[in-house]
Amino acid sequence: MITLTSTLFFYFYRPSEMHRNKRQNTNEIMKFLVCISKAPDTTTKISFTDNSTKFNNDKVQFIINPYDEWYALVRAIELKEKLGGTVTVLNVGAADNEAIIRKALAIGADDAVRIDAEPDDALFVASQIAQHVKSETYDIVLCGKETIDYNGSEVGGMIAGFLDWTFVSLATSLELNGNTATLNREIAGGHEVIELTTPFVLSAAKGMAEARIPNMRGIMAARTKPIKVISPVSAEKFSSIVSYELPKEKSGVKLISPEHPDELVNLLQNEAKVI
Amino acid sequence: MTDTINRQSLRGGEFLIQESFPADTFIPEELNEEQRMMAQMADDFINNEVLPVNERIDHQEEGLMISLLNKAGELGLLGATIPEQYGGFGKDFITGTLLTEKVGAGGSFAVAIAAHTGIGTLPILYFGNEAQRKKYLPALATGEMKAAYCLTEPGSGSDALAAKTNAKLSADGKHYILNGQKMWITNGGFADVFIVFAKIDGEKFTGFIVDANSAGLTRGEEEKKMGIKGSSTRQIFFQDVKVPVENLLGEIGKGHLIAFNILNIGRLKLCAAALGGAKRMATVSVQYATQREQFKHHISDFGAIKYKLAEQAIKLFTIESAMYRASKQIEEKTHSLLASGMDYPHALMGAAEEFAIECAILKVYGSEALDYVVDEAVQIHGGLGFSEEYVPARAYRDSRINRIFEGTNEINRLLTVDMLLKRALKGQLDLMTPAMNIQKELMAIPDFGANDETPFATQRKQISNMKKGILLVAGAAVQKLMMALENEQELLMNVANMISETYLCESLLLRIEKMKENGIANQEHHDILNVYLHDASDRFHFEGRNALASFAEGDELRMMLLGLKRFSKTEIVNTKESRRRIAAKLIGENRYCF
Repeated sequence: MITLTSTLFFYFYRPSEMHRNKRQNTNEIMKFLVCISKAPDTTTKISFTDNSTKFNNDKVQFIINPYDEWYALVRAIELKEKLGGTVTVLNVGAADNEAIIRKALAIGADDAVRIDAEPDDALFVASQIAQHVKSETYDIVLCGKETIDYNGSEVGGMIAGFLDWTFVSLATSLELNGNTATLNREIAGGHEVIELTTPFVLSAAKGMAEARIPNMRGIMAARTKPIKVISPVSAEKFSSIVSYELPKEKSGVKLISPEHPDELVNLLQNEAKVI
Repeated sequence: MTDTINRQSLRGGEFLIQESFPADTFIPEELNEEQRMMAQMADDFINNEVLPVNERIDHQEEGLMISLLNKAGELGLLGATIPEQYGGFGKDFITGTLLTEKVGAGGSFAVAIAAHTGIGTLPILYFGNEAQRKKYLPALATGEMKAAYCLTEPGSGSDALAAKTNAKLSADGKHYILNGQKMWITNGGFADVFIVFAKIDGEKFTGFIVDANSAGLTRGEEEKKMGIKGSSTRQIFFQDVKVPVENLLGEIGKGHLIAFNILNIGRLKLCAAALGGAKRMATVSVQYATQREQFKHHISDFGAIKYKLAEQAIKLFTIESAMYRASKQIEEKTHSLLASGMDYPHALMGAAEEFAIECAILKVYGSEALDYVVDEAVQIHGGLGFSEEYVPARAYRDSRINRIFEGTNEINRLLTVDMLLKRALKGQLDLMTPAMNIQKELMAIPDFGANDETPFATQRKQISNMKKGILLVAGAAVQKLMMALENEQELLMNVANMISETYLCESLLLRIEKMKENGIANQEHHDILNVYLHDASDRFHFEGRNALASFAEGDELRMMLLGLKRFSKTEIVNTKESRRRIAAKLIGENRYCF
């Protein structure tokens, strides 16, 4: 249980009675909810439309956000395979997201929920997910630590906030014993080991599991697994995106020979203006 | 133009004398979501599990190839197109083509998996009896058993039927005793089961299923090869190997049916694998060109490099169009044979035989497109292309075998013409009537006709003219040379090239037409079509001229050359600008993107 690292913290979380009372799942089996979002493939050329206020979706290849897929989803499936239970994937998005949802089903999730709304911001997404969680009996809600497009790292914490559940961010491992969970977190200079009981929300970081390639059987089975589409609830909007900007293209590197330090000083002073 | 209701599907080779329609043509843009997911799976497997260990594969690290094949088996890649009742996934032929293409990017591994799933497994699927299928196919589908195919011998390569390996029935009638030697056996080092061809009593060429642990079967040393170094290639020796009579494959004396029929599908699959490998190298080429700087420019800014990048894409897009067109035809023919009461393996084999001409064309042009692409990948990389530290060197070496195995490209070119003429002789394909019509057309005043203004009219005209050109040249050759034609291999090569160019041009046109109808053709797609048709017409004319001059002379030759010129007409296009636009698209996306 205790890993040998230079600095070691050991926390024992005891969720308050209030938290425990929130738990409504009286089933024997563990119910995992994995929140997946779509993200542009890492090789995508980024551009904007509508006067740089909107991301240009045109011809973009979307994938499941890797943190959601490789770590959160795969770990939930591993635990289900080992201990039993069900894994539901959830996505807030339009119908064309069903391609990535089906990939999650192909990897091994049992069923899916799509909340039929174009997500605006993290708070909107989190409020939709929380609303759905309240209507069901999940034990653990798993998110990736961040989505590789906006990198907000916000949704997991917000879901926990809405539900008044414990939130463990940046978890690198998850083990279960009954409804007691042990998680590792990477912290500066070492690990933190956390123990807590369900229900809770976590955000998964690298190390929690290894990417799984869906096999032929999984892909064929995905076609027949249910995707439940539900309507969004209304949510207050607190922010909006005003504009996007691409980083400046990197200019070429100038190599100055060591025999000409004066030239270097001159360039640093007059061209780069850093000294 | 788009009704499909009353139209008869084209038979194999019939493209030469009939018009084809976009609505009847399958294009890869129509692959469904499940097929795309499977393709992505194969892609992920090659990129994540195979390519990172390519170097170790090439050094034949003990057990590595076997473990990768096992992983492929777990993913379902070995049993994708094996029927479900034999432990596979029963996927359609197009999905099989697609998966072969994706796996094809995997170098030596691609050869191992192709040999296992193709020539290793298919003989049992097509020619095995029920007991043999039930015994072997489930294990081959999962990878629990690995297969190899033993046809070639030191003294018999292209002339496969000259094999010396002998089989003799034992005195008690329970075994065949095999003696002989097989060569260039892919997967030879680790296969658990061998498909072996031998002559019963030195005469009757027959197939056998031979378990690797049979006493008297030994494996030679690994061959030292120019490329695909990671693929196990050995000699296999048979010394009084006892093969139970129930392991006889197909019928006695009918081994050639197995050997040659398996090759039809093998040839299309080889094209698919070559295409997959070539697409990867086209991407490697673009990505290097966009980052390498010389003269203060990325080399992708230079026209000479743009030409190469564009040409890579043009060749690949074209061969891909033909490959998926043929795959769909094979699939449809399989369904119609199934409907006539045939079982699945025989229906698929019959379908592949029907389109054997198309398969031969694809093998030749697919392997040559790959050779072009890897050669230019080396060139674009300059000095680094010659270094083993970079990707192109291995791809360059690996590519070369593709023009040799599954029937050399020379054999396949000869087969293309031979099969057409045989079908004409058998009355399956009426080449005579259209050939006579062309002679009449040449005697008459040229038809300047009203200008057809419909989209693609000029391209369609070019292709229908090319078909006439082939009938002109081939028709005259047959008339003039009769039985002596088979000795004129140079001429047969010319005709094969004319047929192939025409098939590729038409497949490309059908794809672009359909893409346009579906609203997904952009400027660069039209550029690919225009450049390919433009350049193909010159190649076509060149082949035709050489063919005609080889057997005709004087006025007769002059008249036929005029006819050929008329049938080789094309629209003049600014190929430089077209190639630049194609290259710009590739550079913008920084990968092969068509």
